[in-house]
Amino acid sequence: MLPTKDFEKIVGAENVFASVADRQSYAYDSAVLNPVTPALVVAPETTEQLGQVIALCYKHGLPMTVRGSGTNLSGGTIPDSTESIVILTQKLNRIIEINSADLYAVVEPGVVTAKFASAVAQKNLFYPPDPGSQAVSTIGGNIAENAGGLRGLKYGVTKDYVMGLEFFDSKGDIVKTGSRTVKCVTGFNLAGLMVASEGTLGIISKAILKLVPPPKASKAMMAVFDDVQKAADAVADIIAAHILPCTLEFMDNVTINMVEDDVKIGLPRSAQAILLIEVDGHPAQVEDDAATVEKQLSKNGASSVVVARDAEEKNKIWEARRKALPALARRRPTIVLEDATVPRSKIPAMIETVNDVAAKYDLLVGTFGHAGDGNLHPSILCDRRDREEFARVGKAIDELFTRTIEMGGTLSGEHGIGTAKAKWLELETSPATIEFARNMRRAIDPKRLFNPSKITAI
Amino acid sequence: MDNLKNLADELSQLDDKLVKCMRCGTCQSVCPVFAETKKESDVTRGKLALLSNLAQGLIDDPKSVRERLDRCLLCGSCQSACPSGVSILDIFMRAREISAQYMGLNPIKKMAFRVMLCNPKLFAFLVKIGRPFHPLFMRDQKNAPHTAKAPLMKLAIGDRCLPVMPKFSIGEKYGDLDIPAGKSGIKVLFFTGCVGDKVYTNVTEACLKIFKHFGVGVRIPKNLACCGIPALASGDVPSFQKMLVHDIDIIAKSDFDYIVTACASCTETIGELWAKYAPPQYADKAEKIGAKAIDINAFLTDVLKVDLSPKSHGGAPEKITYHDSCHLKKSLGIWRQPRELLKANADYQFVEMNEADRCCGCGGSFTLTHYDLSKRIGSRKRNNIVASGARTVACGCPACMMQISNLLALNGDEVKVKHVAEIFADTLD
Repeated sequence: MLPTKDFEKIVGAENVFASVADRQSYAYDSAVLNPVTPALVVAPETTEQLGQVIALCYKHGLPMTVRGSGTNLSGGTIPDSTESIVILTQKLNRIIEINSADLYAVVEPGVVTAKFASAVAQKNLFYPPDPGSQAVSTIGGNIAENAGGLRGLKYGVTKDYVMGLEFFDSKGDIVKTGSRTVKCVTGFNLAGLMVASEGTLGIISKAILKLVPPPKASKAMMAVFDDVQKAADAVADIIAAHILPCTLEFMDNVTINMVEDDVKIGLPRSAQAILLIEVDGHPAQVEDDAATVEKQLSKNGASSVVVARDAEEKNKIWEARRKALPALARRRPTIVLEDATVPRSKIPAMIETVNDVAAKYDLLVGTFGHAGDGNLHPSILCDRRDREEFARVGKAIDELFTRTIEMGGTLSGEHGIGTAKAKWLELETSPATIEFARNMRRAIDPKRLFNPSKITAI
Repeated sequence: MDNLKNLADELSQLDDKLVKCMRCGTCQSVCPVFAETKKESDVTRGKLALLSNLAQGLIDDPKSVRERLDRCLLCGSCQSACPSGVSILDIFMRAREISAQYMGLNPIKKMAFRVMLCNPKLFAFLVKIGRPFHPLFMRDQKNAPHTAKAPLMKLAIGDRCLPVMPKFSIGEKYGDLDIPAGKSGIKVLFFTGCVGDKVYTNVTEACLKIFKHFGVGVRIPKNLACCGIPALASGDVPSFQKMLVHDIDIIAKSDFDYIVTACASCTETIGELWAKYAPPQYADKAEKIGAKAIDINAFLTDVLKVDLSPKSHGGAPEKITYHDSCHLKKSLGIWRQPRELLKANADYQFVEMNEADRCCGCGGSFTLTHYDLSKRIGSRKRNNIVASGARTVACGCPACMMQISNLLALNGDEVKVKHVAEIFADTLD
């Protein structure tokens, strides 16, 4: 018997969703996986309520799946079973403090990333992590997945901005780690452990995030290549010249053509690769850096380089990148968006692999992504209702991951393991790694309640 | 149970459209309903998941799916933001139609559509005979939004502040209006819409003044029915078809270059939905009429190409702001034109409000069935209007005008609510 009434006592009846229709709308996330309808959905409005909800779940031995906006791409927010309680953080959405003197902010986990970034910008400060789902995703989810984004190369990813956390353990007791100071070695770096823990170790109730001064200027450009290798060489040379562009994006021939089919912005259809590059910083340095980047692009045989002269031209350049995912997504009913990541120098090999695999399994694959950090998004366009085709997709992903790991790459750059990639984890790590993680989880979550089937099932 | 199976079978025809949703959740970031409730079943992604489940027989409670489906303004914000290009409005309209077919209509709506809106003569008659009783119920609040309250009718209409009703409807005043084209050589059929005929007659009058000034011939046929969108939005396709057939029969007899409306919803309905839902023998006519439908803002700037240089009567300009109606901006792509027309009136200083294109929360009959939620959504619009410092807010849709004046009046804000056509008409002497 579910203690529904007790949950209602904690959060109010309006924040407990028990009807089938309401529960079914928390059965999925953005991953291409089968939905699992939870037993109950509870939406606390305060962190105190959050702790009490967790304690109640612990008391009754109810598995918990914490969920922000449900934009997860690896199934981390899909309930483990029909007995799971989904704990929603979307109503814990207060920005508690933005401190301009000490360059940090304190937020609740349900704050939407883009709203936070814009509140920070209004104070003339900068929160750089910009995952593709930032208009929807929450900070809590970004931390739990260690979300990346376009600015990873220069500014790092979510983990580089987490100064401290408060989170609840499986009993509903509060754990505190880190501080509002730049330096802090007080105790274990539990915040570091919580980053990318995907809801398996604790439920975040508060985060202290690092802020940085915003760049004063920026410049964007687009370079077209007739060969992926040339584009990759240009990327290597830009970095060898000690320039770290804030964004360095890549689009392959399939993506270029699909964008062009959709929006007709004049992209060259024969191009094998397009690089979209932005440098930022002090105005004088931006000019210098842009000139160096331009030189490296030309040196490596870019067939054309367009430099944006003003905000409007810059916007036009980025339009191509913004349209990449929509253009791919509209082509077929299902898009399987992967994020296998390789060392930067392996990008040409990775593109070759993707094209090989696509041909071998007769699949339509478009690739775009973050060339600067080797994090590409091969996107398989298919129809999951077609069993035969979808079986080929499964085989293609198997092969893609195996070859990614052979190249010294990793299964996931920014989407997480969840349940979608759990089966390949050992391939990249070792049996002892999995066992280590399981032991750790069993020790701190003795009843095995936090997302029990995710990453490494316990 | 058979009924449920049939319902599921009908819905499964939408599968090719439903499957396109990749569950990215982008709709959360723009949905006005979700912003208030933070509930997944209130946002498109959740609704599409439920419709898929209903079609696949994974849920046997169509009533609760229908309830959730109804918690939607049909504002189209999600559709214009959707990366996957899901035909969301098509899906929702069709799903409402199917569910109305199998579960019936709300009895009040049924009566309103089938008795009132399908019988324009009766509708006009009821409005006319009701008018002498207004002073008994309606108390003019003598406020800037120009609303009246009906304390005795609290049970029926809640705390709503309604527009002060005019003495005569356009139909009563002009009968069957037919003015030949003047110097412009253009003749329009002006589709007043229910509100433009019976409530905001001042908006229709402003349009007539503009047409006269520019030598545009006007025809307003007597006894046109509603464009039908309230019925369609509730899934009552038979009533919708009855209304469009009635209107097409009348309109097809007239000779005109454009069919102009001052209501974004009417324009969209006539322009796009009539042809889609017309019975086969009316399809051609609906297509032809639809191709001629144009919103008053676009007609003035893009067809008539009126002089947009600022004109003033002297005196200090007063701040004015503009609310983008969903059907005007998101469906018809008209947002530049009304701003140009407002800026042509130098008695006003144009200021943008924050989130100008965020839905006002009216959603047609949504505000009747979900008044509290509609008010909460509207409060955000009201706050943005007030924060802009404007003394007047202009709109391109009478339904938005009603909703916004109610919200301003409830908060005691001294802000006037006008149609863009009224502001522009003031520049013509």
